[in-house]
Amino acid sequence: MKRARIKEKIYQGIFTVLAFASLVFLVGIVIVLFKEGLPIFKRVSISQFLFGQNWYPTYSTPEFGILPLILASVWVTLGAVIVCVPLGVGSALYLHELAGHKQRTILKPLVELLASIPSVVYGFFGMVILTPFLQNLFHLPTGLTALNASLILGIMATPTVCSLADDALSYVPKSFREASFAVGANRWQTLTQVVIPAAGSGISTAIILGMSRAIGETMTVLMVSGGAAVIPHSYLEPVRPMTAAIAAEMGEAPMGGDHYHALFAIALVLFLTTFVFNIVAEFISRRFRIKLGLSG
Amino acid sequence: MKNHITQKLGFLGLFLCISITLLFLGAIIFFITARGIKVISWEFLTQVPRSGMTAGGIAPAIVGTFYITLGAILFALPLGLACAIYLCEYSPKGIVVNIIRISINNLAGVPSVVFGLFGLAVFVKYFKFGVSILSGSLTLGILVLPLIISSTQEALLAVPQSIREASLSLGATKWKTIKNIVLPTALPGILTGVILSIGRVAGETAPILFTAAAFYTRGFPKSAFSEVMALPYHIYALMTEGAHPDKQRAIAYGCSLVLLLMVLCISGIAIFIRQRQKGLHG
Amino acid sequence: MDKRTKIKAENVDFFYGKTHALKNINLKFYENQVTAIIGPSGCGKSTFIRLLNRMNELVPHTNLTGKILLDGADIFDASVDAVEVRKRVGMVFQKPNPFPKSIFDNISYGLTVNGVKDKNFIDDKVEESLKKAALWQEVKDRLHESALKLSGGQQQRLCIARTLAVESETILFDEPCASLDPISTAKIEELILELKKDYTIVIVTHNMQQAARVSDYTAFFLMGELIEFGKTQEIFTAPKDDKTEAYITGRFG
Repeated sequence: MKRARIKEKIYQGIFTVLAFASLVFLVGIVIVLFKEGLPIFKRVSISQFLFGQNWYPTYSTPEFGILPLILASVWVTLGAVIVCVPLGVGSALYLHELAGHKQRTILKPLVELLASIPSVVYGFFGMVILTPFLQNLFHLPTGLTALNASLILGIMATPTVCSLADDALSYVPKSFREASFAVGANRWQTLTQVVIPAAGSGISTAIILGMSRAIGETMTVLMVSGGAAVIPHSYLEPVRPMTAAIAAEMGEAPMGGDHYHALFAIALVLFLTTFVFNIVAEFISRRFRIKLGLSG
Repeated sequence: MKNHITQKLGFLGLFLCISITLLFLGAIIFFITARGIKVISWEFLTQVPRSGMTAGGIAPAIVGTFYITLGAILFALPLGLACAIYLCEYSPKGIVVNIIRISINNLAGVPSVVFGLFGLAVFVKYFKFGVSILSGSLTLGILVLPLIISSTQEALLAVPQSIREASLSLGATKWKTIKNIVLPTALPGILTGVILSIGRVAGETAPILFTAAAFYTRGFPKSAFSEVMALPYHIYALMTEGAHPDKQRAIAYGCSLVLLLMVLCISGIAIFIRQRQKGLHG
Repeated sequence: MDKRTKIKAENVDFFYGKTHALKNINLKFYENQVTAIIGPSGCGKSTFIRLLNRMNELVPHTNLTGKILLDGADIFDASVDAVEVRKRVGMVFQKPNPFPKSIFDNISYGLTVNGVKDKNFIDDKVEESLKKAALWQEVKDRLHESALKLSGGQQQRLCIARTLAVESETILFDEPCASLDPISTAKIEELILELKKDYTIVIVTHNMQQAARVSDYTAFFLMGELIEFGKTQEIFTAPKDDKTEAYITGRFG
């Protein structure tokens, strides 16, 4: 019988050790990014790196200013937010408030299906369909622009925003709604003045996570944003967001060289940004659950 | 009366939102199917590329994607299962669990290209696996780990506490309870999660850019240390590299359709099973 | 009173976090007797019965002081394995909780997890247990169908049979009829009376008629305290404590 007890302990030990895998990988990623990224700061200062306006990593006197890349990411992400917030939240409200049970059981899986399409397919769709369309519409020299990337990224992030917002709405207690109907409010008033405010921080979590997804998205922006590493002036010009720069240039950057380290440093900036987004989202959603009296 | 009109307009707005969203799904499927279907043939699916990627088939890319996906799941599944079992069955709630939970959430939010760099630095360079199936599988395995953990956790939480108690009260040990009662009961839910993960891994591109993928290899991969062609990477490469963009574009349509169908079918099955399970449990 | 004591609780205090759920409980359970534990909901009776086979350990942030002696040995002693305790002290729960397996596998489960491999022995044991639980006639032709297809009352008798198969010496019933209809309830009560020939039985119930019908001894719990313990007949006809009298005459609870 002693043996059985030892066996139990061994199993528990195995599970406990393996449970730390995620932590190990996360820490591993942080270590790798710092180890491979920090050497670039022997060449350029942190402020030169972050605020430098010229990204010429392969020139004979290279310059490693990533401001154009950061701004491109910001632009493209903001554009995506303008697309995915109304579409995502609107779809969630529709699913939650207007769609009957039958409609919901059909529509919800379709939205989930939209989320499962690989990003490279979105990128391909952007290149072959949206690009010529935008080019003709605005008479542009190229359709591969920040606008194109924003549209595609926005559509990609919509299902994420939609399902998270839908979750947030489902946490709003029925009694809130009934109380509002009881004082004579109609459905639209109840929705805009009671339900949405009650689910507000849950919905903002959804938006933040949607943005986080858009910032980190790689293949689509690589394929449709046009790739020009200049400070963006218009949505109708090509740009090069951080993810696209890493993906496009890593293949050619000599291992262990300055360019290689600079790309890792960009990845570090990217990682820290999404890390902050995720922590903020987690913080808000915890407060949201406590506010509605759900267990944290 | 004014209230009534506002309500009508508001609801119309919401309807438009979901319509536009689904319209895009329809448009993507329509355009890719309409143009891709012309390219797809038995030969396209079973032959190797010929004439500098302008003719022949995409079989090596399909096979490559299969190997990479299989490897990633083989790596992530045991880890994910163990982690979910620990979190749901063993761990007392406390600081350790919170740390693990936060790392899972954050790992899930790491941009895919960052996984690619991690794989490049660790598997390709440090462990000297080179650009290979092995490196790509490990990288994708880490990427998909949070998804496997959370879906397994969901499945384990759905197992009623009462049958765990029944098993323990019969003198079964904790591990025997998990092995004989909890896991078999949670199996459909766990499988759904695995299927979803397969769909996700099969379509990922950025993590394999520098760890596994090649635009062209001679024939099929020979070992876990070979570079491979992979379907999603192939689409990207056909559109951005090579000497004959126009001819390549037709093949890219074919590839996209194959990948799209594959992923939609895999995810569709998982979504369908999950929906039915939810229906059964009220 | 020369009956042998099977289980004995000595100065048992139990805490959920900061809640003092059981206060200085001292109680004996006699061999081959049925002891009922009654009391209003929240009085600690279910909490108490779950200590007797260490099921309380599944809930975190609890704390126990005092001793629970099974045949004179403390079951919470560091050298004792909870698994061993549970083999000897079986439990039937409030809601029938069959495993999502076949009828046969439900019964044989307790044997196989404890390392029994002899097929004939298992077959015999399954039949014997189902017979003892008065379920054999109803299920003998469909042993390999899912247990979830049985009715609620049948499921509960299956859960009893499952406990009998592991040859425990004591069976704890935690409100076994709470979710059953009167006919199924009557069958289970009949079964309990039959089983006490071979087993020591503890039953938690909020149904006083049930306690009166099946038990030899009754313990009355209120707000985590043991108010009164004695022969069932005496408790129900001449309670010594005013609170017991108030409860069994239906003035509260």
